Amino acid sequence: MSAVYILWLRQIKRYYRSRARIIGSIGQPILFLLALGFGFGPVYQRAGGGNYMQFLAPGVVSMGILFLGVFSGIEIIWDRQFGFLKETLVAPVSRLQIVLGRILGGATVAMIQGFLVLLICFIAGFRMERIARLPLAMIFMFLIAVLCTSIGTAVASVLEDIQGFQLIINFLVMPLFFFSNALFPVAGLPRALQLIVQFNPLSYGIDGVRGALTHGFHFGLAADFGVLGLMTAGLVGLGSYLFSRIQL
Amino acid sequence: MPFSMPMIEVRELSKTFGDFCAVDRISFSVAEGKIFGFLGPNGAGKTTTIKMLTTLLKPTAGTLCVNGLDPVGDPRAVRRTFGIVFQDPSLDDELTAFENMEYHGVLYGVPEPPRRKKIEDLLRFVELWERRKDFVKQFSGGMKRRLEIARALLHVPRIIFLDEPTLGLDPQTRNHIWSYIQNLSRQQNVTVFFTTHYMEEAERVADEIAIIDRGKIVAQGSPVSIKEKSGVPTLEEAFIGLTGRAIRDEEASPMDQLRMRRRLWRRS
Repeated sequence: MSAVYILWLRQIKRYYRSRARIIGSIGQPILFLLALGFGFGPVYQRAGGGNYMQFLAPGVVSMGILFLGVFSGIEIIWDRQFGFLKETLVAPVSRLQIVLGRILGGATVAMIQGFLVLLICFIAGFRMERIARLPLAMIFMFLIAVLCTSIGTAVASVLEDIQGFQLIINFLVMPLFFFSNALFPVAGLPRALQLIVQFNPLSYGIDGVRGALTHGFHFGLAADFGVLGLMTAGLVGLGSYLFSRIQL
Repeated sequence: MPFSMPMIEVRELSKTFGDFCAVDRISFSVAEGKIFGFLGPNGAGKTTTIKMLTTLLKPTAGTLCVNGLDPVGDPRAVRRTFGIVFQDPSLDDELTAFENMEYHGVLYGVPEPPRRKKIEDLLRFVELWERRKDFVKQFSGGMKRRLEIARALLHVPRIIFLDEPTLGLDPQTRNHIWSYIQNLSRQQNVTVFFTTHYMEEAERVADEIAIIDRGKIVAQGSPVSIKEKSGVPTLEEAFIGLTGRAIRDEEASPMDQLRMRRRLWRRS
């Protein structure tokens, strides 16, 4: 267990020491929040959807988690390149402990990021409907964080170069984000798009965060929790398996 | 003990990658407390052999025994018994010297206490205690090497593997590092297995030497006996006599290519 802890601690330390990274990765969610939130707000209101900021904020918070979680995989590639991965892999510790430490560290960093974005949402005018539900929202944020970090770990375990990683991640992250319910409600979508959104595990995470923070749940709390929980468990398994096969 | 048990025992060890044979049925043994030099031109199979001894690669054929244990069958037990300094740096640049040591100590299950005390002793031993709170990215090549050696000793290994520990360092630092290593072997009876391209270093510090070329061991014995057999005054001449004058080109591994790209990527 202490091995998991020290790996986790290392990632936290590296995160808070790199201010550029913190600020840089908040930029994109803020851009979406401000441009779309205020840009589409009036149209959304007129169409009868209510306050768009209230709808969008949970989506943007999830986006922050998604991006940082998935991109944390790049650290595996850097570690491999700087040789530090060897130091870790030659230690008398099981690969499972190493990968769990990594995923937990990456997920914690992504969670912190999600909170920072949430804070900015408050500044932009977002209001929670029930403060008591914040822990529930945190559980969903954490599940999203673990899910996304596992995806990043899985991809980084099979790729050796950074460009490849970025390309593949863009092909994964962008569709995951846009074909979800982050920016628009599921109800009333064209049938095909609705199906895609329903197949996207991230949708259930966003629905969970949104349900906990503001509106009701679209898919229902049990469905959100069940689907997201299962997908997260599956991806942790996949990420661990692929990481355990890394050859130096 | 009347006979010292071999710390490393290798028999008929082979490793092939596809149809390329990197290590071809080599055999040797290293007695406890000895300093063993493993020499050879680029691409001869030195690093591949070290990787097999240190559980990072599985051999294609042959048997290995490290401290009486089998690196293939029981990798975790073997990992506890050796320390390693890799050919390329393997420190976390964004952690301090102390944090790098602590990370290693926790991963290897060194309990606290005495972990902190040991870290202090080792950092003093390599003369880095004053710099313990500095980030490793501020260190020179020689300081990084010293830190890696200190780190490799933290869990009190019986064997230490050093893959070209003095590569790219100035003569002062190289002397310094070898004197640490010799002290270690004398005072704590640690077995040392190293590779190097500097023949005069090998001649000076090694008790025993094996020269490998194209995956095969071409000479083995004490530096003196190898020179005598070749009938030349220096190990360097013996080495060139045994391995030829042609320049060897090691193919760039995917790792080297990656490092190159990373450099370009950072600059842009």
